[in-house]
Amino acid sequence: MQVTMSVNGAEVSREIEARLLLVHFLRDHLGLTGTHWGCDTSNCGTCVVLVDDEPVKSCTMLAAMAGGHDVRTVEGLEQDGVLDPLQRGFMECHGLQCGFCTPGMLMTTRALLDRNPDPTDHEIREAISGQICRCTGYATIVRSVQWAAAEQAGTRTSLPEQDDSRTSSAVGSAS
Amino acid sequence: MTAVEDRKVTGFEDNDRKPVGHGRMLRKEDPRLIRGKGRFVDDLQLNGMLHLAILRSPMAHGRVVNVDISAAQAHPKVKLVVTGAMLAEKGLAWMPTLSNDVQAVLATDKVRFQGQEVAFVVAEDRYSARDALELIDVEYEQLEPVVDVRRALDPSSPVIRTDLDGKTDNHCFDWQTGDKAATDAVFASADVVVTEDIVYPRVHPAPMETCGAVADYDAVEGRLTLWSTTQAPHAHRTLYAIVAGLPEHKIRVISPDIGGGFGNKVPIYPGYVCAIVGSLLTGRPVKWVEDRSENLTSTGFARDYIMRGEIAATKDGKILAIRTNVLADHGAFNGTAAPVKYPAGFFGVFTGSYDIEAAYCSMTAVYTNKAPGGVAYACSFRITEAVYLIERLVDCLAYDLKMDSAELRLKNLLRPEQFPYTSKTGWIYDSGNYEPTMREAMRIAGYDELRREQAEKRRRGELMGIGVAFFTEAVGAGPRKDMDILGLGMADGCELRIHPTGKAVVRLSVQSQGQGHETTFAQIVAEEIGIPPADIDVVHGDTDNTPFGLGTYGSRSTPVSGAAAALVARKVRDKARIIASGMLEVSVADLDWDKGSFHVKGDPTKSVTIQDIAMKAHGAGDLPEGVEGGLEAQICYNPENLTYPHGAYICVVDIDPGTAQVSVRRFIAVDDCGTRINPMIIEGQIHGGLTDGVGMALMEIIAFDEDGNCLGGSLMDYLIPTALEVPDWETGFTVTPSPHHPIGAKGVGESATVGSPPAVVNAVVDALKPFGVRHADMPLTPSRVWDAMQGNARPPI
Repeated sequence: MQVTMSVNGAEVSREIEARLLLVHFLRDHLGLTGTHWGCDTSNCGTCVVLVDDEPVKSCTMLAAMAGGHDVRTVEGLEQDGVLDPLQRGFMECHGLQCGFCTPGMLMTTRALLDRNPDPTDHEIREAISGQICRCTGYATIVRSVQWAAAEQAGTRTSLPEQDDSRTSSAVGSAS
Repeated sequence: MTAVEDRKVTGFEDNDRKPVGHGRMLRKEDPRLIRGKGRFVDDLQLNGMLHLAILRSPMAHGRVVNVDISAAQAHPKVKLVVTGAMLAEKGLAWMPTLSNDVQAVLATDKVRFQGQEVAFVVAEDRYSARDALELIDVEYEQLEPVVDVRRALDPSSPVIRTDLDGKTDNHCFDWQTGDKAATDAVFASADVVVTEDIVYPRVHPAPMETCGAVADYDAVEGRLTLWSTTQAPHAHRTLYAIVAGLPEHKIRVISPDIGGGFGNKVPIYPGYVCAIVGSLLTGRPVKWVEDRSENLTSTGFARDYIMRGEIAATKDGKILAIRTNVLADHGAFNGTAAPVKYPAGFFGVFTGSYDIEAAYCSMTAVYTNKAPGGVAYACSFRITEAVYLIERLVDCLAYDLKMDSAELRLKNLLRPEQFPYTSKTGWIYDSGNYEPTMREAMRIAGYDELRREQAEKRRRGELMGIGVAFFTEAVGAGPRKDMDILGLGMADGCELRIHPTGKAVVRLSVQSQGQGHETTFAQIVAEEIGIPPADIDVVHGDTDNTPFGLGTYGSRSTPVSGAAAALVARKVRDKARIIASGMLEVSVADLDWDKGSFHVKGDPTKSVTIQDIAMKAHGAGDLPEGVEGGLEAQICYNPENLTYPHGAYICVVDIDPGTAQVSVRRFIAVDDCGTRINPMIIEGQIHGGLTDGVGMALMEIIAFDEDGNCLGGSLMDYLIPTALEVPDWETGFTVTPSPHHPIGAKGVGESATVGSPPAVVNAVVDALKPFGVRHADMPLTPSRVWDAMQGNARPPI
């Protein structure tokens, strides 16, 4: 069947099998490999893309269902060479390690900041609770999103990225 | 110096201006990863590439009677179907495991666990390959499975490993350590002996990226290129050469960006071998990427130790001895990845962080009809189990003696003057200063105030728990006199080359799966040679372009390869000094090093930079006598000892008395990993490990039903913490450098995975004290906590 959709602002049209998942359409047919696949059960969220600005798990949506809609992937975050504040925030606050869950985290939190530009830590945690990161322990992801929220709002005065170790002073036998 | 002062304010754009060397620096790998430009195995698209899918056993134990592939072969998009019998004809049906056992690539005689590989299909696209699996008709004769590890050695149990000559039972190996007679004597005369049965259930690393490979065999050149999700590309290449009989110099293993490993990507899996066979037989590139269920049911699990622990002490709480007996479930094949002389990994450090008189462990390992493996999931070769055992036992002792658990630990911790300390099981702890680490954790936690709050809440019937754990790790395997994997010494090479313009490339034998090697190793070299990290390219994960070494697992990258990087840089610096002496026309003894330049002693104005020297080394004109041109060096580093990081963790939980749901309110982690190269990356490693620990303590388990069906085969069944189940981590640090590591650094990657499970469990058990609970096994799910509250705490398996 023929499917036509907008991906990162450009119209694409392909002949596909009706059963083709959106994640495989993006990765294998369009070469947009930034969107990853991590489970078959909608639990891990590494495949999240935005469909009409709503986060969607692309492993659980048929490409055909995205026909006629606007799809946005991680490759669409950077605009004219300018990184999205979230992309910068994740780098500044060590919001990623292996980077495999990162595209999904970025898209989900992009949708969050679009509707709630000043989220609490708990609101960020709720927003990403459909996603799994095995590396970071989430705290730095929360800080990354707060960094981006402040950056967007022009209120970034303190630097959360200094706060790797939140509490301690070095003691012991340093020499 | 305080930690706050240590953390320089740096945005990413500030990286170039940073003081050269150690300190907080944003990661060099991030710009590609945040753009979706990572290079993971499944991202690879080669011309003419085919897709491979594996048919797996639906049952835990069965005889393979017949495999009919004719319908699959007739599928229009199928290029190849291969069975175990076909592999057997080529001598490829079995392969060695990392523990000198063998494992079936594809089953020939029997299937021995649910999810075992039985046949594979290579087709034009991934969906067609999956379709064709449905067309393969396998006839099995179902056999009774061995699921209950406690009954594996019963004479009535069916024998799983009938492939092994003369095998009449399911015994895998016996192992012991320590002094039995001395330990028994101490126990016999001790005031107090506490015994507890402690289970560390089977869990799974479940990295977000599953395992996979792309094999590309060039029949004309006789060259095999294999992109694969491996934490140890060089070791894998050597094993492929041995298994497949391909010449090693014609094999190139590339480990591109890896989406998390945690030990899961150390072994060689049948899927990799199938991909290679698929490419050899079709002459085309073949991609295999497992799905999540395949990852959870067939690849390297972790733990699965059933431990009886005993601790002997005086009545005022001086710990005297530890004794333990362990029953280890190794699954259907012994796929443990540990140094050969250490079949139980480094479990021998179960004496923990305490000054004791005697210790003894005996262990029996058995085969069961479960997935093979045995070491994985950030465990530092079984130290996870060892630390959990001792830290649970110490809390059981505190319970019986009615002592505070932090106070009991402080009373028994090794003292700084005892280092280097030889443990009662023969491990030489390189350095440690434990009490300040413990005190720092208590300070951050506000320990006394927490205990007061707990007392008040108990009076009101609220359930609050405070869990303490102290751990000593042993990481950086290892000295080649003691440690090898299948005969390959656990040393690591490193090569550093300074280009004429003063930029550099450093080539490593270890492989990052998210640990940030491209950043940390650039910083290690920068600190030694004075070239900014931004000017140092780190090459890793490609056997054609890096020196030989054993790879990244067991927190060994910084202790072993990090040492190699520092020493190779010093070797280059030594040569640079000689060249500088010629340029400045003074003797080498008259030069001082300023991290980036040499100057004449007493006259800082007469100096040359490392960049000047690099150009001179490659340029025209004579060099000092006996000095070759160029500015580069290579070494292979053989560690003198392991490094022994330590840490003190405190966890605070609240339990809903109505639902038995555990909520982790706070978690304080104070780590000491010696010299800290990049504090940001260290903190990230710790955060991740703490999350693993909460997961294992509260929700993760790979369980089996009585027929051997895996009950954790999807992420709907195998629960992993999300952002809502973990708190904002509170971390601190102390610094006790390693005396034998060139920069004093110790490993840290697994510290938190090792230290956090006992802290969480100790907190939950502490909360349940009003119910008379001294021990409850992981995972502490609401139903299991509820059972414990009713006096029915049971082992999970």
